[in-house]
Amino acid sequence: MQPKPVLLKILDGLAVILLGVATYFALVKAPTEQVMGQVQRVFYFHIGTAWTALLGFLFAAVLSLVFLFTRNLKWDRFQVAAIEVSLVFFFITIVLGSIWARPAWNTWWTWDPRLTTAAITELIYIAYFMLRQGIDDPDRRARFGAVYALIGGISAPITFFAIRLYRTIHPVVIAGGNPEAQGGFSMTPSMLNAMFVALIAFTVIFIDLYWNRIRLGNLEDKVEQLKLKVML
Amino acid sequence: MFLQEPTPDTSGYMIAGYAIAFLVMALYVFSMYLRTRNLNQDIAMLEEMDKPAAPAETTQPKPRPKKAAKVVTKRAG
Repeated sequence: MQPKPVLLKILDGLAVILLGVATYFALVKAPTEQVMGQVQRVFYFHIGTAWTALLGFLFAAVLSLVFLFTRNLKWDRFQVAAIEVSLVFFFITIVLGSIWARPAWNTWWTWDPRLTTAAITELIYIAYFMLRQGIDDPDRRARFGAVYALIGGISAPITFFAIRLYRTIHPVVIAGGNPEAQGGFSMTPSMLNAMFVALIAFTVIFIDLYWNRIRLGNLEDKVEQLKLKVML
Repeated sequence: MFLQEPTPDTSGYMIAGYAIAFLVMALYVFSMYLRTRNLNQDIAMLEEMDKPAAPAETTQPKPRPKKAAKVVTKRAG
């Protein structure tokens, strides 16, 4: 077993501290929104996880390209790690959005363009892991996974721009307003602070989990090689 | 001012949201810990299985050191 690098240990600690700081800013420092009340506070974690997850999916698409050019399995492990952590974060985004929607829209779920594209993105990447599970040959699995992740990566910008391209009731909080949005709100400076703290915190948490997941991928690879060695 | 609607109490939703977010993150970290532990156990087991095969792969056993042989004969005599 390889010992954990010191830098990763520091990053682990920093991630926990930043998660605490982001929670403090979201629950204590940010003011209560007058129309929606306390539930608006889930917005900070909602946007933090969404930002990192969508960037993670795009990053995985770039890693797929690198793998397809180099055919080095190292890039495949990097890609799997990015997609897995993004999938978890995006699940949190969707659940938080649904919880916010219940009092704001009076429903847990509606087939709004943003919600639909988000659900499709999540399902695309769940299917990615199902696809990989079905292929035994590591090279074939990596090749199929890379092509799939490259095409699947298109869903990330579509989800991001859905609220700017289509008629939707989802609020556009950053860079532009949506007159048809329901539950939109204007951000005060302390709300903006809480949002940026959450963005920084979730970016660091993402990097930390990503690094840990790469190490796990290396172990999986080692087990696969040892199994082959023992069998032959 | 008096006609303004009071802020609704939606704290239950907020608590549920944060509880789920923390729970999902904790479960994911725990799953990574479990997978790492299982993989390390697999590696240890596979390396153990690989060990007995190692002497068979080598061409010849090591010759006995001469010094040790002398000591044995002396004691025997």
